[in-house]
Order: sequence, then structure tokens, then C-alpha cells
Amino acid sequence: MILVVNVCFEKLHYFEFVKPIEDILRNGGLEYSTIHYTQISEKDISLADSIIICGTSLRDDDFFNKTEEFSWIKNINKPVLGICAGMHMIGLLFGGELKRDTEIGFYEESFRSFLGLEDSEQVYHLHNNYIDFFHMKEFEVFSKGRIPQAVKHRDKELYGILFHPEVRQKSLILNFCSKNNL
Amino acid sequence: MNLGALFSGGKDSTFAIYLAKECGYHVSCLISIISKNPYSYMFHTPSISKVEQQATALGIPLLVHETKGEKEKELLDLEVAIKRAKAQYGIEGIITGAIESTYQASRIQKICNALDIECFNPLWQKDQFELLEDLIQNKFEVVITAAAAYPLDASWLGKKMDLEFIRQIKPLHEKYKINPAGEGGEFETFVLDCPMFKNGLKILNTRIVSIDNNHRMEVTVG
Repeated sequence: MILVVNVCFEKLHYFEFVKPIEDILRNGGLEYSTIHYTQISEKDISLADSIIICGTSLRDDDFFNKTEEFSWIKNINKPVLGICAGMHMIGLLFGGELKRDTEIGFYEESFRSFLGLEDSEQVYHLHNNYIDFFHMKEFEVFSKGRIPQAVKHRDKELYGILFHPEVRQKSLILNFCSKNNL
Repeated sequence: MNLGALFSGGKDSTFAIYLAKECGYHVSCLISIISKNPYSYMFHTPSISKVEQQATALGIPLLVHETKGEKEKELLDLEVAIKRAKAQYGIEGIITGAIESTYQASRIQKICNALDIECFNPLWQKDQFELLEDLIQNKFEVVITAAAAYPLDASWLGKKMDLEFIRQIKPLHEKYKINPAGEGGEFETFVLDCPMFKNGLKILNTRIVSIDNNHRMEVTVG
């Protein structure tokens, strides 16, 4: 079972940032359970085979004030994929620095082999911030641009992507799941 | 949170408002952009003059703003309209009915971000057959007011979006890639009634204009 983590403060954002991920999993025949990040228990984490932390809107950033709610990321030994806000939280939990840069819309990004991404792809951006993973030794950056777009922890199955794969890289979500034999 | 809704009178913008209200948000104004360009990149144009009657049925004030409909310049008009709504109604966010159009969605996101307000797209990436089923299940009465993609012709104008519509559009989706929700501009819609309307609207008169493969039905409603 995949645990889908909703980080939206605004209830209406569920439809835009969480439901599309659920749809991809459902259409891929995968079982999931969605829980808001403020309500996740140790039992929820222990029951999950893997975890996807969804993104949220440009201004819906209440989660930055509740870093402690994500402390489980630090010690987890299960596959985790953080999308945008989820990537921010993975980075912050490992001591990364949050930087300001706004990117909205399609951008051409170059990748090294990462969950099915190869070479150049148009990805959909919707962020005001990013984490400077280039200066984090525990993480490897798989994108070639100025802003880290795709990262993985060197020793753990912790993945982060800054763009929104639910728009044009739906298979990335399924690749994450299949890579981890779900 | 106090929201303004970008409102064309079609199924998507109306259903987006419905979802917002179901989640407990207050929609304090509708924002309709009247484009002088019938082929606007950003805004739906058919039957938009009828949105006043829909606004009355919804009981939500309507803010109308005109644009010449020139590519990119119309975005400035949209920004002005949203600024007006922010000043006049104190809105803290915008709701749109965007489903797939990254052109539309990303431009509205940029405007909202610059104006320091939220942007909600509750239909974003929604499966379009699921959307049609949701509309039927929630008792939305929707008719086709424009058709502009082969093999859709004038006979589709005035059709109601019901189970029969889904049955007819499915094979066209499979054979001709017609988007079942009209997201690619294949057709446009007008909402006659829904659970948010105090009173449903009835079509009193229609006028059909066909140019090549582009068919439009102007409706008079009451």
C-alpha cells in the first residue's frame, strides 16, 4: 500500500495536487491511502510500503511552519518520493537551505537517468522556492540546470522532484512504484 | 477564504465553483471576460453575454471586463479585472475551471502570484469522462453552444450533456481523439441549471451561425 501525503492547508487544493496523483495510482492498479501530513501516525508509516508526498500551490506554504510533522522522513527506511513541497521537506529535514526562485509553466530540463527520465524533457513548474541540494553531500542531483530538479539520497530510497509529474510525466510516479516492487 | 471565480458560463467554471462551495469557500464575485475576438486564446466566447442571467441565478455579483482578445495582451486585461475584484470584493483567491490547458493555467498562476492571492484549479488533470459523469450525477443541466472539430457538426448544437451524450462522444474520442470535455476547443457549453441556481434557465430562442467547420449557437434564455 502506498501512503499519499497531502500537504495542502487549503481544502480545495486537494483536487489539484493530490487527486491527480491518486488517479495515476488507481489507473495503474495500485492501492493507496491518503492522509493529511498533520494526521500521520507511526502506524500509518509502518503500514505503508512506500510514501508519496504531494505538492501544493504557490502560496499554500503553511507546511513550512510545521517541519516537526515531517520528522519521520529523517529516519525512514522506506521509499519516499517528494513532489515540490515534498521535495522541500526532504531537503529541509536533511539540513538543506531554502532559496527563493519562481518558475511557473513548462520549462525544458535536462536529466541523467532518473525514474524513467532521460535527456531533455518539458516539465511543468509551479514553485516559488527550491532547496539547494548541490551543497548537500548526502544527495545526488540528477538534473543539469541551475536549480536541482531531481535528487536522490545516496544511501536511502528518498527521491525528490521539483516539477509536477502529474501534468506530463505521469509514468514517473508509476516508475517510482514499480522500481520499489509495489 | 473569500474567492472570485473566473466565469464563462460553461460547465467547467461552474463546476469549479460548485466544488469550492462544497468545500466551504465563499465565492464573492464572478469575473467574466468579454472578448471581442471569438477565437480568443484565453477565454470562451459563445453565449457569454448570458452570464448575467446565470450570475443572477447563482446569486453572486458579476464583474464584467472587456478585452480585444489579442494574444498575451488579453492577459493584461485579465490582470486588471482580477485587481478590480480584489479591490471591490476583497477576494483572496481565484477559482478557475482549467483542466488541461497549461497555457491558460500557468498565465493565471503568474497573475495571482504577482497579486499575492491564491489560485485554485479544482478540475486540474481531471479525467474528462469522470467530469461528465460528475456533472450528470450532480444534476448539472448543460448544453452544447459551439462545435468546432470534425466530425462534430451543427447537429451537436443544443445537445444536453447526459448519458446519451457520453455514449455518443465516446466513439468519437476513440476514433478522432475528440476530447470528451471539449478541452481542446472541440465544443463549448452553457449551464442552464445546477444545484447552486435559485431558478433554472430555459432556452427561449436560438440563432445558429456556421462558418466552415465552426458552428455556434447564440441562445436567448429566460
